[in-house]
Amino acid sequence: MSQIVKEGTNVMDDNRSVCEATIEMLRYAEAGNYDTAFQRALKVKPCPIGATGSCCKHCYMGPCRFNPKKPEESVGVCGADINTVAARNFARAVAAGTAAHSDHGREVAKTFIAAARKEVPGYEIKDEVKLKALARDFGVKTEGRSNEEIAEELGQKCLREFYKQDEELVLIKRGPEKRTQLWRELGVTPRGIDREVVELMHRTAMGVDQDYKNIMKQASRCSLSDGWGGSMIATELQDIMFGTPIPLRTQVNLGVLKKDEVNIIIHGHEPLLAEMIVRASRDPELINLAKQKGAKGINLAGMCCTGNEILLRQGVPMGGNFLQQEIAIITGAVEAMIVDVQCVMQSLPSLAKCFHTKIITTSSKAKIPSAEHIEFHEHDALNISKKIVRAAVENYHNRGKVHIPDNKTDLIAGFSHETINYMLGGSFRASYRPLNDNIINGRIRGVVGVVGCNNPRTPHDRSHLSLVRELIANDILVVETGCAAIACAKDGLLIPEAATAAGKGLREVCETVGIPPVLHCGSCVDNSRILVACSEMVREGGLGTDISDLPVAGCAPEWMSEKAIAIGQYFVSSGALVVFGVTWPTSGSEALTNHLFKEYENIFKGRWAFEPDAAKMASLIIDHINKKREALGIQKTKERVLYDMEARRTLEV
Amino acid sequence: MSKLIATRVIRGANKLVARAEKSLNEALQKYGPDKKVEFPNTAYFLPISYGMLGMKITTVGELQQLLGKAKSLLHPVPAEKVWLPYLGHTLDCGMATLFADEIIEALKYLQSPLPYMVMENCPEEGNFWLGAADDVIMRKRGVEFVDGTAPGFAACVGACPSTEIAVKIARELQEKSIYVFMSAANNGTSMADQLREAGVQMGWETRLVPLGSDVTATIHALGFATRAALAFGGVKPGDFSRVLKYNKNRVFAFALAFGEVDDEKHAQAAGAINFGFPAISERDIDRILPTGVCTYEHVVSPVPVNEIVQKAIEVRGLKLHVHKIPIPVSYGPAFEGERIRGEDTYLEMGGTKTPAFEFVTTKNINEITDNKIEVIGQEITDIPAGTQIPLGIVVAVAGRQMQEDFEPVLERRLHNFLNEPQGVFHMGQRDNNWMRISKEAKEKGFKLSHLGTIIHAQFHNEFGAIVDKVQVKIYTKEADVLKNREVARQSYRKRDERIGSMTDESTETFYSCTLCQSFAPTHVCVISPERTGLCGSYNWFTCKAAYQINPRGPNQPVLKNEVVDAARGQWKGCNDFVYQASRKAIAAMSFYSIMSEPMTSCGCFECIAAVLPAANGVMTVNREFSGMTPAGMKFSTLAGTIGGGQQIPGFVGHSKRYIISKKFLLSESGLKRLVWMPKMLKDEIKELFNKRTTEEGMPNLLDMIADETVATTEEEVIAHLQKTGHPALTLAPIMG
Repeated sequence: MSQIVKEGTNVMDDNRSVCEATIEMLRYAEAGNYDTAFQRALKVKPCPIGATGSCCKHCYMGPCRFNPKKPEESVGVCGADINTVAARNFARAVAAGTAAHSDHGREVAKTFIAAARKEVPGYEIKDEVKLKALARDFGVKTEGRSNEEIAEELGQKCLREFYKQDEELVLIKRGPEKRTQLWRELGVTPRGIDREVVELMHRTAMGVDQDYKNIMKQASRCSLSDGWGGSMIATELQDIMFGTPIPLRTQVNLGVLKKDEVNIIIHGHEPLLAEMIVRASRDPELINLAKQKGAKGINLAGMCCTGNEILLRQGVPMGGNFLQQEIAIITGAVEAMIVDVQCVMQSLPSLAKCFHTKIITTSSKAKIPSAEHIEFHEHDALNISKKIVRAAVENYHNRGKVHIPDNKTDLIAGFSHETINYMLGGSFRASYRPLNDNIINGRIRGVVGVVGCNNPRTPHDRSHLSLVRELIANDILVVETGCAAIACAKDGLLIPEAATAAGKGLREVCETVGIPPVLHCGSCVDNSRILVACSEMVREGGLGTDISDLPVAGCAPEWMSEKAIAIGQYFVSSGALVVFGVTWPTSGSEALTNHLFKEYENIFKGRWAFEPDAAKMASLIIDHINKKREALGIQKTKERVLYDMEARRTLEV
Repeated sequence: MSKLIATRVIRGANKLVARAEKSLNEALQKYGPDKKVEFPNTAYFLPISYGMLGMKITTVGELQQLLGKAKSLLHPVPAEKVWLPYLGHTLDCGMATLFADEIIEALKYLQSPLPYMVMENCPEEGNFWLGAADDVIMRKRGVEFVDGTAPGFAACVGACPSTEIAVKIARELQEKSIYVFMSAANNGTSMADQLREAGVQMGWETRLVPLGSDVTATIHALGFATRAALAFGGVKPGDFSRVLKYNKNRVFAFALAFGEVDDEKHAQAAGAINFGFPAISERDIDRILPTGVCTYEHVVSPVPVNEIVQKAIEVRGLKLHVHKIPIPVSYGPAFEGERIRGEDTYLEMGGTKTPAFEFVTTKNINEITDNKIEVIGQEITDIPAGTQIPLGIVVAVAGRQMQEDFEPVLERRLHNFLNEPQGVFHMGQRDNNWMRISKEAKEKGFKLSHLGTIIHAQFHNEFGAIVDKVQVKIYTKEADVLKNREVARQSYRKRDERIGSMTDESTETFYSCTLCQSFAPTHVCVISPERTGLCGSYNWFTCKAAYQINPRGPNQPVLKNEVVDAARGQWKGCNDFVYQASRKAIAAMSFYSIMSEPMTSCGCFECIAAVLPAANGVMTVNREFSGMTPAGMKFSTLAGTIGGGQQIPGFVGHSKRYIISKKFLLSESGLKRLVWMPKMLKDEIKELFNKRTTEEGMPNLLDMIADETVATTEEEVIAHLQKTGHPALTLAPIMG
């Protein structure tokens, strides 16, 4: 764990981040004595028992802690062994992550139904093509029906995915047949999303499931209900309501804050409110008000995944990633930070007290005592949004000393599954064929999803950047979501010019298509787009018959959230190699870790791995991809096939 | 890098769409929106908009929606820095270009004088641009793409560096049997102008097809490709994705750009890339090497002109089976259509001028010597220019697999083999053949003995599985010719008796032909002695021989097994075979019925028969007839309706020969149902037709059958039937 920041490291040590804006602001914060996660991480030592998954607090005969040095020798009061305990902890993280993504999906589905009924002014059906495509997946008739009729039935059917009991989730059929068949054989095909979370919570309670392999089976089923259920429903319905992302150009990093405008940061994870804030910020009346208050206009910036949602669809610039939320306030230039759910630090209101910044919580599910709360209801979304924006505008004159770093970088974002399909062949030849072809011919060695968070236990953004740079230099196309994407965007890897940092083959493909070597696919629920993309690669042909045959991998080098574990688990259960950095939460149990790292290969043909060193992580992934290529028989360059009439007759038309 | 190409394509597309808009606005002013627009004699409307979008454009006004579609596909050029992905935009702009081209080209057909010659071959003088191919040409040539005689086409854009190079490239492509479609110009000169200057014969027959001097005329090459997918692939209009995939995987075409490649030419190339057709340029226009939309590279440049054809073939992924024959002139199907005028003729044989014949006979393997070629009598070198001499060609073949039954099959191929050398012309067969050898060929060293060289080489190439030895004797002395002709004539008679006496009942085995499945995936021909293949070129013997030659090929024996229905001509074995071979699309097939489960049609049919319900009969129309029929549709429209492997009661494709078969529509009372056919078809089959009807006791039936001189509507047909007392009127209702 070479990169974990040692206790006592000085904040002034620039090794805390590789983001220049962040370094500059950390120095400024230090000078002003402002508290940040970077400093707290030094003060709060990770609990050594919890860090290895060796603490059981699921009943009050304990909590029982297991000696990490001799775990096999100790058992809990109830007799539970370390394997059960570590599996319970890991599985409950999966349940929590699944709950987070899926509760997001549920809110979207409810708003979607309300939009179809025209009960929520401002929300509408924007992508008719996608509406009909998803309707077909759900067996909703489209012919001779209005978009609203289709949408209402579709929304109801999506909502039903959460509460239904025994039927399989509808969208798993998007996966390769071989994979869905394997799930059935293993008994991990997800049913109702809520049911899977509830069942996992039940089975990890005191005295229930005490076979770690059996617990992990339900963890897989639960995670699959996230990736192929809750997250996917969120992504799909958001695309239909707010528009499927298409490539656009915008900017990232704290430099997007403006000295002479009202700055509003939208932070959290859902687009429902954020989309309306975008509209409200363009309201002429409010812009006028801002001008009356002496500002030149209203400037929106995103943060974390709410930021990603409106970046992809509206081109709203991105202030920064998870570890920059406090720093943004320290600029003194933010009139209001509006938050919804997830990854919002409780420290924000107390830090904001040092400045004029208003922290406005908006979700009934997520309040912070000293923050201002303006509750968001989709039924009156635009008015509430205007109220929030107005509060920010009216706060402008309270602004004090401002320190905005200059750093901002261009990026291209918007690589939805649909965009990838289109950009590879235009309207008439849209397909994944060019991607598959160039993987087969070796110009692209493979595709890796680099996702996940920031974690102050490792230098901010550093692993993301060194890993991604190494991967693209080895002709691996990188797809990203969440804070990983923002990290690379800040480093300039998300512009097409970055192809010069890629290997020759990948560079050629990037130059043909006009893309960056690192593709921004969206927020963390949008990891479902990567599942769809993998399935499409299988369907397009030439790369095997299952996701596990593909030369692909996933990784989260700077993860910290339980959501990352849920995502990792559904990728592994879908047949991918998933590598985590920073720390590994089951290391207390050798048996469980071995199960996840090795035995899974024989069960799911996918597995977990842990490697905190970015360079080693890269070579682990490259090795894995090379092995997959070898198995597919595409590692060696093949001679060009020339077709005579007879050979042509074997080609599909 | 390829951003440069994207930029030029997008710029070119924007220019061409603007030009189309200007032309369209002028046409709207001049002619009004209701003025008809069409390409000549086609059922596929304007083929690109019909194939890609399903639009049936027939008026100037309707072109506006196509223009709208083109505009919607335009994009701005990529930004200098931090550009958005441009490949999708580039390909869309390519398609917008094709729509713009089609608007511009359609409007040209309203001009007077017409800038195009509506004909198959270029006139020797004056305007030689042919524009859009009509459906007759498209179907005839399409067949060559089906059977592989034409491995693909080269869309040559611009002018070659010199006339000599233009001729060299044209010959090189001709030798590889690749069609050459020429369009666009550099400084007013195009490749076709260069060929004309060099006196090269152009037109569909020689596979050197000048489309138009405007860059927009390139659309006629892609229109041809689109129609191939619709006509032979059974692709539904508007199903753009299948039209394009079909072209990527079946029609192996590519673009060759000569001279400077401007923005508009770049835009055409992007349109072609949508079809999977790559572009190769002699100038450095940058490269797009990663694969995917095309099978291999998309744009390759610069390629020296002397390597460009070879490079293009490799880039397109085309494998050619070219057997080099040791003769001093070029050789290939592209030279079949060459004319040799009287004044250019060095030596003439047969025709009506001198006695001549050609004959293939089977010998014992010990009796002959392989590759022994003898000219008995004078060689061309002994004869002065402009002479007419007798000619007897006797080909003796031997092989363990050779059967007497195959003799006519081999002999029939002599026509193709002897017509394919450059400067040699061949027509007819048996004892009514006719040959000319040009002065140019003689100058290059072509001799009569080379006829033997060709026959020897080609028989081994094509019939290697059945033929081990080939010996050729060429007689030029009249006495020898007459004597040997008698021997041949005895054989011809014996064969006719044998083939004439064969009936469907006399054999247990029919043969399938799925050659066209490359183009029409659900179509299956089953060929019986009394019903030849609908293309007219495969009869039962041909198929039998083909099966012997290639036991895993498209001609397979089909055991009839028990009779399902004798009158309709259905056998269980045939139905089972068709069901499997049609990929379970066709469950049963009648050999002798048009009304009940008729045979499917690929698109290669010589004739189409259609029921005329009110006349209580059936009409049939041949491919060459371009006029209106009493069915209310021209041949091309009918062909569009029934082609592509569909089974449509009331319509059936068939060969000319089938009309005079005793099994012709047996289930619907045979020839008595035939109430209309074009006069040209009547004339063509007159002799055999009358022989058949005389046997049936209806010697005057041909006159009772209406043709376009008396009837082009069903009412007129009925009037003619009543006037002549045609038997159809007294038959049971056909629609019963």
